[in-house]
Amino acid sequence: MKNQEYSLIVGGAAGQGSRRAGLLIAKIFNKLGYYVYIYDDYQSLIRGGHNFSQITVSEKKDPIRKEKIDFLLALDKKTIEKHKAKLKKDGLLFFNSNKIEEKGIGIPADNILKQCEGLPIMANTALLAGLSKGIGISFDLLQKTLTEDLAKEKDKNLKIAKLTYDQTIFPKNGIKIKKVKNNSGLLMTGNEATAEGMAKAGLNIYFAYPMTPASGILHYLAQNQKKLGLLAVQLENEIAVASEAIGSAFAGQRSAVGTSGGGFALMVETISLSAQAEIPFLAINSQRMGPATGVPTYGAQSDLLFALHPGHGDFEKFIALPSNAEESFYWSGKLLNLAWKYQTPAILLTDKDVSEGTFSVEKKVINQVKKEKEVLWDKKGEYKRYKIVKNGISPLSYPGETKAIIKANSYEHYEDGISVEEDKKAIEAMQEKRLLKFKAMQKEAETLPAVKIFGNKKSKICLIAWGSTVLAAKGVAEKLGLKLIQPLLASPFPEKQIKKALLGAQKVICVETNSLGQMAWLLKANGIKVDKKILKYNSEIFFAEELERKLKKYI
Amino acid sequence: MDKQNNKLETQCPNTWCPGCGNFGILTAFKAAIDELIIQGWKKEKIVVVGDIGCNSKIADYLNLNSLIGLHGRSVTTAEGIKLANSDLKVFVFIGDGALLDEGISHLIHAAKRNSDINIILHNNRLFALTTGQFTALSPEGYKGISTPFGSVEEPLNLIKLMIASRASFIARGYSAKIDSLKKIIIQASKHQGFSFVEVLQPCVSFYNNIQFYNEKVYELENNKTESEEFAMELANQWDYGETGKIPLGIIYKKLRPVFEQEIYKQII
Repeated sequence: MKNQEYSLIVGGAAGQGSRRAGLLIAKIFNKLGYYVYIYDDYQSLIRGGHNFSQITVSEKKDPIRKEKIDFLLALDKKTIEKHKAKLKKDGLLFFNSNKIEEKGIGIPADNILKQCEGLPIMANTALLAGLSKGIGISFDLLQKTLTEDLAKEKDKNLKIAKLTYDQTIFPKNGIKIKKVKNNSGLLMTGNEATAEGMAKAGLNIYFAYPMTPASGILHYLAQNQKKLGLLAVQLENEIAVASEAIGSAFAGQRSAVGTSGGGFALMVETISLSAQAEIPFLAINSQRMGPATGVPTYGAQSDLLFALHPGHGDFEKFIALPSNAEESFYWSGKLLNLAWKYQTPAILLTDKDVSEGTFSVEKKVINQVKKEKEVLWDKKGEYKRYKIVKNGISPLSYPGETKAIIKANSYEHYEDGISVEEDKKAIEAMQEKRLLKFKAMQKEAETLPAVKIFGNKKSKICLIAWGSTVLAAKGVAEKLGLKLIQPLLASPFPEKQIKKALLGAQKVICVETNSLGQMAWLLKANGIKVDKKILKYNSEIFFAEELERKLKKYI
Repeated sequence: MDKQNNKLETQCPNTWCPGCGNFGILTAFKAAIDELIIQGWKKEKIVVVGDIGCNSKIADYLNLNSLIGLHGRSVTTAEGIKLANSDLKVFVFIGDGALLDEGISHLIHAAKRNSDINIILHNNRLFALTTGQFTALSPEGYKGISTPFGSVEEPLNLIKLMIASRASFIARGYSAKIDSLKKIIIQASKHQGFSFVEVLQPCVSFYNNIQFYNEKVYELENNKTESEEFAMELANQWDYGETGKIPLGIIYKKLRPVFEQEIYKQII
């Protein structure tokens, strides 16, 4: 039987609630057992413009954004102008017939709103109810979804939904959406999953300054502070954010910060401090298209080389590259644990489409994350913050400990944390201590699930993709019978795992959304030959169909 | 108590210039801490945050918990420490270059949110460790290695800046008046909320103004510390130039809600 898969777009002006309508549609499909992926598209403005959400649902895991769509929900005329051509031949168009003249399923939303004394934004409820009727969703399911989701004006919205549902006529030869078997779990954005993953690994304080597309983490944590038992704090700039996180980590609280490339640029002095003072630090950099202010509400994967080398001096760090909400959940938690285990900087390098995309998350992934204890001082003998030990990890102790004086230092230091002026032997010894730790980190990287392989594992043609690009690459690799390797750690580079995954590959094609081929550069630096690069740099992620066309030239 | 715990000195050799004002600050601070410990403070709950500059070496010379971080970021680092554990008593030792050039935004915001940290400014009115460049507190016309023809900028009036930033405790001490400085530090330490102590600290190598200060300073007595108007009057007595009288003591003090308490109240 054919895979049950649908893709639809909901669009409108900013302020019309298209994103919310999209999320509700996704929740309905989620309840019917489908896996979900929502791509959210918006501009850097508050009112007007054009926003849309593309919801793709499938009974198979990891649905991909499609060029062609089955249904289009238009809250305004611009949505029709921009997206009508994407509708399949038998696709259905739903629109507000009081505002727009068009062929398709017209919903007299303004009339219905007037009858129910609804607010203008509730037109999205009318359209949603019209769609539900038009694709054979039961009113019960629609009502249940609305009831669970609405915080205010519940009665009015339900009245609008009921009236619209009853008035709308199911189209001739229309399709009725079937329930499918999968248990597709929770729906989360990448940002929400990142927040939850950190909370599960013991986050105590989150510091941030607003910046798209990472702000969702701050918003989610601020809203859920009480439930999660942590603090979310907004400060005056990213420099303050990073340095307060260092202070808070030094004083014994698990802390993290989040931003995008521009804010990350302001944090790099602190990353260097984290390495030198050996104070744990987790930063989330949700990439958007740069350089500089770039294209602020659209994505790119162009901060990889920056994340690999932030801050002055020689030091190792962990960098993870999630491609969806499940991986964001797992790696945000894992990195928080690793930052504390190794007293080191760690960076979750995500991007706009992962951060703000909405995905299905299976419960088993959530259960994989827990707080792992850091190496603490055993309270024997004299405490030395930078004691030279075999694996380079000097046990931690926090101010307030009665038997210890804890001295951390950004200057090169002796074991007790006092600054070294010019003692060459001591300077070398402390760098060697850290080198021992870096070696342990490299070893740890090889034990982590740092590489995933998809598609035809025997194929001689091998794609390499990371972050949001994995979504399309996976579907295409499966369809064309190619191998896809997804690196999930950029640092320490999991060389053994990647080289093992590459065994048998004769042609390596690296796919990424930047213009210089940054992952290809990293692979090359580690002795891996990349034969072709497929790069996209118009601020948009790959569509599966588009990647397939581009790939066909090389295979 | 363990042996490493019972004194305030470390083994670290002191590298300040002979006669440096920093010695006075170190002596006054140690005396203040000794007294506070006698009054019941726990030594392990004290944290010193050192900036970068001559002043930051104080963290190496004190056998107390310490974090020497980055230039200009000591205020935020200290705020992070206090937010993480509000039982800790946090002191920032910082120079005028770090506080008013590199990190001025942090000072204003820490005062505004009334973070319960103590700032001790080593005000030598220039960058000393980098050999004498001007800062935001150097006088107009100051000739340093980067301004050989004299700085064309007027200095900030720091006290006015602190009043405008809603600092809840503002005081000024002088490194040559150790006993009065000690008393000011004790009062600042006990103040609930943000406390700011400017210490006039002559730099014997690059800007030795001991004689000027000795002539101009006077100690405040029984002044109205809760009056913003009176604090402004005191601020206007010396505009960081060559004229006026320089008041020493508590310039302003008023209790208001403390950031770390308020923010935790919200999530309980």
